[in-house]
Amino acid sequence: MLTIKNLHTRYGPIPVLKNVSLHVKQGEIVALIGTNGAGKTTLLTTISGLLKPVKGSIQFDGVTITKKSPSEIVALGLSQVPEGRQIFTPLTVEENLELGAYQRTSRNDGKAVSKDLEAVYSLFPRLKERRKQVAGTLSGGEQQMLAIGRAFMAKPKMLLLDEPSLGLAPKLVDSIMKTIVSLNQEQGLTILIVEQNARKALAISHRAYVLETGKIVLQGSSEELIEDSEIKRAYLGKDYATITER
Amino acid sequence: MRLLGLGIFAAVIAILPLLFPENYYVTVVGVTMFFNVILAVGLNLFMGYAGQISLGHAAFFGLGAYSSAILTTKFGFNPWLAMGAGVALVWIVSYLVAKPILRLKGHYLAMATLGFGIIIHIFLVQYDTLTGGPDGLSSIPELSIFGWPINSDLRWYAVSATVMLLSILFSLNIVASRHGRALQAVHGSEVAAETMGIDTSRVKVHIFVISAVMAAVTGSLFVHEQAFISPDSCSFFFSIELVTMVVLGGMASTFGAVFGAAILTYLPEFLVVFQDFKVLIFGGILMFIMIFLPEGLFVGLCRLFTHFKQEQKECLTS
Repeated sequence: MLTIKNLHTRYGPIPVLKNVSLHVKQGEIVALIGTNGAGKTTLLTTISGLLKPVKGSIQFDGVTITKKSPSEIVALGLSQVPEGRQIFTPLTVEENLELGAYQRTSRNDGKAVSKDLEAVYSLFPRLKERRKQVAGTLSGGEQQMLAIGRAFMAKPKMLLLDEPSLGLAPKLVDSIMKTIVSLNQEQGLTILIVEQNARKALAISHRAYVLETGKIVLQGSSEELIEDSEIKRAYLGKDYATITER
Repeated sequence: MRLLGLGIFAAVIAILPLLFPENYYVTVVGVTMFFNVILAVGLNLFMGYAGQISLGHAAFFGLGAYSSAILTTKFGFNPWLAMGAGVALVWIVSYLVAKPILRLKGHYLAMATLGFGIIIHIFLVQYDTLTGGPDGLSSIPELSIFGWPINSDLRWYAVSATVMLLSILFSLNIVASRHGRALQAVHGSEVAAETMGIDTSRVKVHIFVISAVMAAVTGSLFVHEQAFISPDSCSFFFSIELVTMVVLGGMASTFGAVFGAAILTYLPEFLVVFQDFKVLIFGGILMFIMIFLPEGLFVGLCRLFTHFKQEQKECLTS
């Protein structure tokens, strides 16, 4: 569904992504893990069109999107949940969700939009309780739910999730991860998830890529990677099991 | 709720001239206020909702005003046709200016719009064969609607009030639509707005053009009401005054802009009694308001009177 070939991106003179290639098949959850500054967010913003690559190509659903604008990419069915949630704090929960369907309301998709609104509310009952509340007054977890729900409102084929666990309590991280899995299994969404919490990301994904200073250094099925000694050392913590399961 | 406020406002405006038909503050200053309200409401869409800034908005007012003045006095155009031509001119100019300028943000955008306003002002002063230079243009013909001449204070009151109420209604509707939400999204975060699929540069250009056209229409009406125009009416200081109206009333609130325009029109009139101290007291009052009600007078007062979160939201949307 998504194919990236030999992608190079730079901020001014500084190269960030160096020859990144990856693919995501329809119906998959693919995790992208790596440390701070590895280029994970840069990769996502390049895919969604906010940054233009210097070299390389990105294909989504059979269309080359390398030179397309962010709004055209959203129209093709690729939605991003940006890092740090980026919800519109002075607007109400419902208005935020309606903004997610911005392109669809122009096409007079009214009925389908209100149906999806109900779908988001059944996925996140908390949001329904707070539908008329100003989004800035939500807790971090609720804001993350809102950000995911908002991206869902665009009726995408594929979601790009940027650090959904950022700044959330462990209990909430679990519930967000569960929602991501159900979006994948029940709504049939293809998902590319960027995470620092490598353990959680590997637990819910089918495959994963490891990004290190702008290069893909490792890839494979998540089950294999979670057992990989190098991954254990670098991302999961040495002797993780002995510490936590004591 | 939105329309209730507008209804009450319309009723007050309709009753005032019936009670005081000859009152200077109602029928003469009132018209000036209505013009200022249209300008402030338009600018508020661009500044308050879309979160941009324009320090050159008087230029569009001036272009509209001068188009009407020049075309009617020098070329014998029908006033309505001249108004149409002025609007078309501003439409094109604002669109061409918006494309490059709106790539800028914050202080840089302020500088660029400031520069644009000054260029237009210099043009109006220097190109005196057409614009009459610093002396301006006078004996501009009156407007008439199907043979009904708008030639008295009361008639101008009715016409300008109607246009103003329409502009407020227009603004309220825009804000409540998906376009309004898109504007507020651009204000909140352009990156996040882009990820929603909002073409942020298009949204910004559109609202800039809309607010420029509102200014052009006002300029055109103003010139017929005053029968006179000079570059002073559309100088840099007027641009600043418009920004002050929007900020003083409360950004991102249509009635805030109305409130701000009303205060900035009436306050100097009432402060005349203080003679030499007028400007000093005027400045003091503005500072006082901004210190104690930093969200603007309308939004601030609205919050004081309502304690429920639900209604506080209404303060911002109306």
